[in-house]
Amino acid sequence: MALESRIPSGSIESRWDRTKFEMKLVNPANKRRHTVIVVGTGLAGGSAAASLGELGYNVKAFCFQDSPRRAHSIAAQGGINAAKNYHNDGDSVFRLFYDTVKGGDFRSRESNVYRLAQLSVNIIDQCVAQGVPFAREYGGTLANRSFGGAQVSRTFYARGQTGQQLLLGAYQALERQVDAGQVTMYPRTEMLDLIVVDGRARGIVTRDLITGKIECHVADAVVLGTGGYGNVYYLSTNAKGSNCTAIWRAHRRGALFANPCFTQIHPTCIPVSGDYQSKLTLMSESLRNDGRIWVPRTGGDKRQPSQIPEDERDYYLERKYPSFGNLVPRDVASRNAKQVCDEGRGVGPGGLGVYLDFADAIRRLGEDKIRERYGNLFEMYERITDENPYKVPMRIYPAIHYTMGGLWVDYYLMSTIPGLFVIGEANFSDHGANRLGASALMQGLCDGYFVLPYTIGDYLAKNRFDRIDPSHPEFRAAEDNVDSMTRRLLSINGTRTVDSFHRELGKLLWDHCGMSRNAQGLELAIGKIQELREQYWCDVKVPGSAADLNQSLEKAGRVADFFELAELMCRDALHRDESCGGHFREEYQTPEGEARRNDDAFSYVAAWEYQGVNHPQALHKEDLAFEYVHPSQRSYK
Amino acid sequence: MKLILHIWRQANAAAPGKMMRYEAAGLSEDMSMLEALDVLNEELIARGEEPVAFEHDCREGICGSCGMMINGVAHGPSRATTTCQLTLRHFRDGQELYLEPWRARAFPVLKDLVVDRAAFDRIVAAGGYVSVPTGSAPDGNAIPVPKDDAERAMDAAACIGCGACVAACPNASAALFTGAKITHLALLPQGQPERHERALRMVAQWNLEGFGSCTNIGECEAVCPKGIGVEVIAAMNRDFLAASWAERDRVHAGA
Repeated sequence: MALESRIPSGSIESRWDRTKFEMKLVNPANKRRHTVIVVGTGLAGGSAAASLGELGYNVKAFCFQDSPRRAHSIAAQGGINAAKNYHNDGDSVFRLFYDTVKGGDFRSRESNVYRLAQLSVNIIDQCVAQGVPFAREYGGTLANRSFGGAQVSRTFYARGQTGQQLLLGAYQALERQVDAGQVTMYPRTEMLDLIVVDGRARGIVTRDLITGKIECHVADAVVLGTGGYGNVYYLSTNAKGSNCTAIWRAHRRGALFANPCFTQIHPTCIPVSGDYQSKLTLMSESLRNDGRIWVPRTGGDKRQPSQIPEDERDYYLERKYPSFGNLVPRDVASRNAKQVCDEGRGVGPGGLGVYLDFADAIRRLGEDKIRERYGNLFEMYERITDENPYKVPMRIYPAIHYTMGGLWVDYYLMSTIPGLFVIGEANFSDHGANRLGASALMQGLCDGYFVLPYTIGDYLAKNRFDRIDPSHPEFRAAEDNVDSMTRRLLSINGTRTVDSFHRELGKLLWDHCGMSRNAQGLELAIGKIQELREQYWCDVKVPGSAADLNQSLEKAGRVADFFELAELMCRDALHRDESCGGHFREEYQTPEGEARRNDDAFSYVAAWEYQGVNHPQALHKEDLAFEYVHPSQRSYK
Repeated sequence: MKLILHIWRQANAAAPGKMMRYEAAGLSEDMSMLEALDVLNEELIARGEEPVAFEHDCREGICGSCGMMINGVAHGPSRATTTCQLTLRHFRDGQELYLEPWRARAFPVLKDLVVDRAAFDRIVAAGGYVSVPTGSAPDGNAIPVPKDDAERAMDAAACIGCGACVAACPNASAALFTGAKITHLALLPQGQPERHERALRMVAQWNLEGFGSCTNIGECEAVCPKGIGVEVIAAMNRDFLAASWAERDRVHAGA
């Protein structure tokens, strides 16, 4: 299979404009004849569904939550980047583009990233007009803060709830289209299969999570904005319901899965406190603006942090990376935290933690200023840990947060299945091997508001769509497939719960395919994952019935998919004999312990094709060309 | 630590429900209320019983999915806290807790502790937005917004749509929820053009959904996990009144 990325030629500044001009348009009167399915209602899916509705398409939007407003984008805290240069500090579209390509460790597509940087400015305008209450300066203009991996202030924010406010903006735009009759909303409905007819995506099979009813929905195109797969690790900062099922089942139907091993470990999360723990809580990266990260200089130092004098502390990020200091990118910050903890210098119970200390900032700016900037985050920290971060330093440790990998898409955001579009975190396209902070919100909204509404029109205009009704054999077959999987899960009636399997899978993956990886561990993990998956299918216990609200059954289907994905992640990590961004292979590091890329051999996107449950996926490569940002060893020193 | 949990069990919307008593052992005070239910559910599944259905997703207090009455108080005893963030530190070893779903005619119970809150979406669909199609926005700095207004708008916009305000209100009123959205948009210049129509339509929808009226009791503010105050209700009442007056003039003028 040849991967057609459809990247336009010409100067990078002109590519998107020219593409827009060259795309075919759908006549306004014809738009209402097209039905488009959008799965997921986060920043990407919600903004896409709203924008498609405004254009006049007939949209069906699906989410598994009880309301589209609860999609996990809601939990993003810190902010959203845009190259506005409102602060006159030297920002530009090119600089945002440059920072993002470099931050992604030269494993993303230049053309996509440039377009993202270009459209970033429109996103802010759109959100302000919707009434998103961004932080303001006293003169009434928009305020900015800094984020990791950048030396300019380009991050727009609404306290520590930026994702919430942006999502509510998109959700309100979506509800406006529901009110106008352009969008039909299907909450509490989970997509369980993709329907491909004559090689093109023509619908989905869903399960109504209240009644258990399995249904088929027909459309001319299907859009997946279903987020990332970080929950494969069980413990992550993702919402409990976040899952890979929609993209995985599309993968099984022929969509290639790109760079699955590129996962992001967020450096500032609250450390794990016990075995019962159900999720990890992120502390926004924005805290690194004012917090200083340190550990005791010597291992085994059990003194209270206040008892440790300055010269016995190691502010290791400031020491090793003087120009970026505490604001190095996430992968670098995480790896360094792991390193100091592995050296036995970690703090807190279990020694898996480092201090994030605000004492200096409080002395410099006063407690009120810090409260204004981070008040809600400090409260959240105290609620969880019972410690007051105004008085004692926070303890933080890295946790799985975001997945850069996802379904492969071309420049038009279309997967290898014609008519199947993938947007936001669910695709692989813009962040390479590491995502910079405040770029996820930017990408989700960019795809949904400003890219997909154009590119999907081109697809609809160029193709003819025969009428299909849900009695079509492909639909029946997909429905039967879903039905038999459900019945199989319910009939095993083994001895272990879904969660216990999931927890074990997550630990395996975290140990061998987490913050650092090596060939031996990955090979071991592949074998163990296969064994555990076999056990799962003969020993899992799923209570209740299929015709009912059954949360165990929902989880069981998702975990079944996580098993297959976990194996692919390990294979991808094993084949990529280099370190880059979030993918750190211990065998490939510089003498200082930094990631060592191998551009000659691995400057490509690894896109995997499904070959059946017990057969390893086939690898396809999309070579990456860097015309504008020349690959170099990333340096934040 | 151990807790005695009395939990509302109801198989589906049509079935009658009842309180059931469970002993949850092996808990830790660092756990959240929902993690305690996880522990109980694992045990119920192992015993071959149906686990307790409850709603949850982000488990960090922002998605608004979770919520239950804990000893008669929406989201339990800790102020400005969602159920997922309520740690067991707030309870004594061996304490008895009564867990019930939100009770309101407009929030029918679907199963156990899960209720249907779709009425909130319909209230937002009735004008809880600024009509600005994608692509039609001016530059973000074209209209300055005074910092204080932006901050107050943010205070109101912090609503997570959990429904605790309705559950706590003796009238099951949606005044705090509706008022928060109306206030958020009314404080910003972008919200002005549709301000009147928004107030009229959203309030009408709230009535249509079967929520009760507000009689200024203030329970909603006391349980709101985001600390939204009843002044948003006053602001909504003012806008509703002004809008009704303007509408009356329009009707009299024969418009």
